Amino acid sequence: MKKQLKIVVLAKQVPDTRNVGKDAMTPEGTVNRAALPAIFNPEDLNALEAALFLKDETEGATVHILTMGPPRAADIIRDAVFRGADGGYLLTDRKFAGADTLATSYALSCALRKIQPDLIVAGRQAIDGDTAQVGPQVAEKLGLPQVTYAEEILEIKDESLVVKRRLEHGVEVVECPIPMVMTVNASAAECRPKNARRVMKFKNAMTPSEIAAAPDSAAAKMAAEKPYLQIFEWSAADVDPDENQLGLLGSPTKVKKIENVVFQAKEAKKLTGDDKQIEELMVELIASHTLG
Amino acid sequence: MNNVFVYIELENGVPADVSLELLTKGRELATTLGVRLEAVVLGHNLSGIEKELAKYGADAVWTADDKEFAPFRTLPHTAVMCGLIEQEKPQIALFGATSIGRDFAPRVSSALFSGLTADCTQLEIGDHKDAKTGTEYKNLLYQIRPAFGGNIIATIVNPEHRPQMATVREGVMRKEYAAQPGAGEVKPIEWKKFIKDSDLVVKILDRQIEERKINIKGASVVVAGGYGVGSKENFKLLHELADVLGGEVGASRAAVDAGFTEHARQIGQTGVTIRPKLYIACGISGQIQHTAGMDQSSMIISINTDPDAPINKIADYAITGDLNEIIPKMIKYYKQNSK
Repeated sequence: MKKQLKIVVLAKQVPDTRNVGKDAMTPEGTVNRAALPAIFNPEDLNALEAALFLKDETEGATVHILTMGPPRAADIIRDAVFRGADGGYLLTDRKFAGADTLATSYALSCALRKIQPDLIVAGRQAIDGDTAQVGPQVAEKLGLPQVTYAEEILEIKDESLVVKRRLEHGVEVVECPIPMVMTVNASAAECRPKNARRVMKFKNAMTPSEIAAAPDSAAAKMAAEKPYLQIFEWSAADVDPDENQLGLLGSPTKVKKIENVVFQAKEAKKLTGDDKQIEELMVELIASHTLG
Repeated sequence: MNNVFVYIELENGVPADVSLELLTKGRELATTLGVRLEAVVLGHNLSGIEKELAKYGADAVWTADDKEFAPFRTLPHTAVMCGLIEQEKPQIALFGATSIGRDFAPRVSSALFSGLTADCTQLEIGDHKDAKTGTEYKNLLYQIRPAFGGNIIATIVNPEHRPQMATVREGVMRKEYAAQPGAGEVKPIEWKKFIKDSDLVVKILDRQIEERKINIKGASVVVAGGYGVGSKENFKLLHELADVLGGEVGASRAAVDAGFTEHARQIGQTGVTIRPKLYIACGISGQIQHTAGMDQSSMIISINTDPDAPINKIADYAITGDLNEIIPKMIKYYKQNSK
């Protein structure tokens, strides 16, 4: 790279929908969302690793997280800093509430215009929506080329990256100039773990709101004094948006109806694993031409 | 104007199944709305492609035929699709939820400021009344999809913006010739006016596309494993059973994420949708994003150590026990009784 890469990783704090256990189900068979832990969206961790890889491989690169969400989403910025990121931006405002992917992409693109990164890296998709839309939409809003489903950065050139993409039925290698948006697949390298020394150094990193919430605590005083412990916190007004494009107002898609999924019980024949029952089952399947 | 567009994806120069499935659905939607069904094909050496598309009811086939469009690249495809949509103003535009559709449909929707719903499992036409403003909308596209890890089913509408865009996974919709074939009138797109030099900055250096080897969709028997199978090693047992029964091995997302088997075998909302004669679910708990891909199987047998696993509620037979003991018994008794 000719220049010192300024990298922003788009990340999202998501409810852990992958492991909806019995505890998270209500007696009616619907999901109790409050019972799901909030986690760093898994593919955003792959994206963070790709960014940290570039930081390791090039001179003077910086890596910052940008996340939009409620105040508690600052947790994933701290998590990323413990793993090697330089810092982060929390974009938080009631005005963003109800945003669909397009309004989300718009808000993020406003923040990115302010940051002016050379490379934007995001996870392919978030597990709470699985849409994979925000990466390409951010790229479009900023007028940048995109490389989706990135699995490995093969070569770092003066003004471009050579990237291996994982497609449904194969792989493709592309060269894309920077600035660009890259979305990273789960099949890419796993993110490095938290570094104990970084945890010690940055454990008191806080947003201004978090400092203001407990101004007299030792941690808040320390965070307020040391710039490297401060997580940037931006409201809508801080990123100069067209407010008509934010939140519910800026979302062309509307949710007409939500139905909780309730499993309708039907009469399953209950079997144990004993030999006689299994043999009868197989005989029945053969007799009914379900098998053979 | 106001027609239904279906983007046609090509695999080795022929229309992908998912695109033909979307044409089948698009035909139904266009008929309901009383408008035309128009296919859009961007690729190279397309002559004659309209014949196949007409069988599925395409009234017109828009084509951009040039080497710039094959293989697929995001920016030229986006530019041409956006230009054509602005020119023709379709009310609905459908894309396969594939590596290609999921890459460029979001970009098109952003450029046009029209909403896009990913991975729909049903598409219907219906009316809508805005709860706040009281405004009534006729004949909107209901875009129905599981959300929140499959724990809810959401119906999404785009009241104000056009086109109404949706992506759909392969296998979700049925593929059928139209009752009456369409005219398949070829309409070349004047694509050169839509493309800028900056749309050509990404270079493809290499491509290795594998032939599809795993054919879960075509299998009449599917033996599928979930996280409860426990290991890649234990998945071999599922392969043994599938081989004996003449079937294929499938998997839940949890099993694929855990690395027990490859993604091509994944069944469910983010994998393939199948309707086999027999589905044997081994160690699969049965979250809706999985069952959405298999609940139309003619017969479902579940093997699970948990007698209360949700899968048992849709199963015809629920076997409670350890699959490492039960599968060998199934193999043994099938062999003993099948001759």
